[in-house]
Amino acid sequence: MIQIQGVSHRYGDREVLSGVDLSLGEDRIGVVGANGSGKSTLARLLNGLVVPTTGRVLVDGMDTARDGAGVRRKVGFVFSDPDAQIVMPTVAEDVAFSLRRHGLGKAEVADRVGGILARFGLGGHLDHPAHLLSSGQKQLLALASVLVTEPEILVCDEPTTLLDLRNSRQVADLLEGLTQQVIMVTHDLDLLAGWARVLVVNEGQVVQDGPAEQSIGRYKALMGAGRPC
Amino acid sequence: MLTSTFRPGASLLHRSGAGAKLLGLLVFSTVLVAFQSPLAVLAGFALVAGLYGLGGFGPRTLVAQVWPLRWFVLCLLPFQWWTAGWQVAVAVVGTLVVAVAGAALVTLATRVTDLLDVIARVLEPARAVGVDPERVALLLALTIRAVPVIAGTLHEARDARRARGLERSTRALVTPIVVRTIRHADRVGEALAARGIDD
Ligand SMILES: Nc1ncnc2c1ncn2[C@@H]1O[C@H](COP(=O)(O)OP(=O)(O)OP(=O)(O)O)[C@@H](O)[C@H]1O
Ligand SMILES: [Mg+2]
Repeated sequence: MIQIQGVSHRYGDREVLSGVDLSLGEDRIGVVGANGSGKSTLARLLNGLVVPTTGRVLVDGMDTARDGAGVRRKVGFVFSDPDAQIVMPTVAEDVAFSLRRHGLGKAEVADRVGGILARFGLGGHLDHPAHLLSSGQKQLLALASVLVTEPEILVCDEPTTLLDLRNSRQVADLLEGLTQQVIMVTHDLDLLAGWARVLVVNEGQVVQDGPAEQSIGRYKALMGAGRPC
Repeated sequence: MLTSTFRPGASLLHRSGAGAKLLGLLVFSTVLVAFQSPLAVLAGFALVAGLYGLGGFGPRTLVAQVWPLRWFVLCLLPFQWWTAGWQVAVAVVGTLVVAVAGAALVTLATRVTDLLDVIARVLEPARAVGVDPERVALLLALTIRAVPVIAGTLHEARDARRARGLERSTRALVTPIVVRTIRHADRVGEALAARGIDD
């Protein structure tokens, strides 16, 4: 459970989020909004990558400003650009890297790495150079590297934006099947079909909070209203 | 090349410890440089070639490892020959080529993470002077990982430059590479923080 209490955030003297109060407990929560509306900032608040200038964010009661490290162990984060998330030269090494400070034995690490990569359809690529994977496979690898530490919550900031239709379908299917709570920022409205809760962010405020159909309708209306002519 | 040429295998060479291999490489190169004679080059080459065979790598692989040195060798060899005689030329150029082939063999048969573990362990005493060995190892890993990313950026920037008819502009090449490399570094930093590497 994530609680956002009276949060505003500014970069310099520019306020990009204001007066956000939310309790995020549902299994699947989507976030939509125009470019620059503050979605990524909101997402980064959830694992302490961004600390609010006013108000506070609590993850299972832990304050992100005080216990960022503890929060990040609970909240995994996946970005749009898989190339920026993969740090090791080969596929298996990148996943193993996440477990480096978990004090596990070599065999245990190999076990977990092999297991999750098999589940993600990358079992045949363990020792392949990561930079030779397709973008979709890279994103699956980034996802595996985050999920191997078994976070309770997964935040994704446009995880499919750089992928083609097939690859983004593959990533979406995988996210669909996760047992974790997933909070996903996306411009791909199809991904959110049927989700019980979707937030619409506009100019730094959450202007709609409800089931996917309603929220997406509101978002489209907002975007239409600003159209020239 | 630098970009993880590790090839999985079950040979004795693959199974021996990364530390032992690095130490072996160090001793081998030192001896090679110390003798610096055509005979040492010949013996060294025989040893390296034998070890390639032991690791299950063919002559093709060996040649591919030293292939990037070809221009360097083509320039250096005649020059040394002319100024110092053929023995020195063979000794100097041969030592270089054989040492590179040896170093490449270690990377072919050892995972980068295992090499980094050794480096982190060797640097452990440096903690006393404020160096964090884990960070140094991480930095090396990131550098290795950045090579293909920056190479990709270079290709794109070159194409974009051509598409705009600015083939000769250095600025049209350098600016996007610098900008994108910095942005890439930013994102990597953020992704590392999200993975709890900095905590
Ligand atoms: N590190 C930063 N420093 C200064 N300003 C920033 C920073 N990050 C974001 N901003 C600004 O804050 C505003 C909100 O940015 P944010 O990235 O949260 O938007 P977004 O909804 O994710 O947009 P997009 O759909 O383009 O990803 C933007 O105007 C952006 O320029
Ligand atoms: Mg964003």
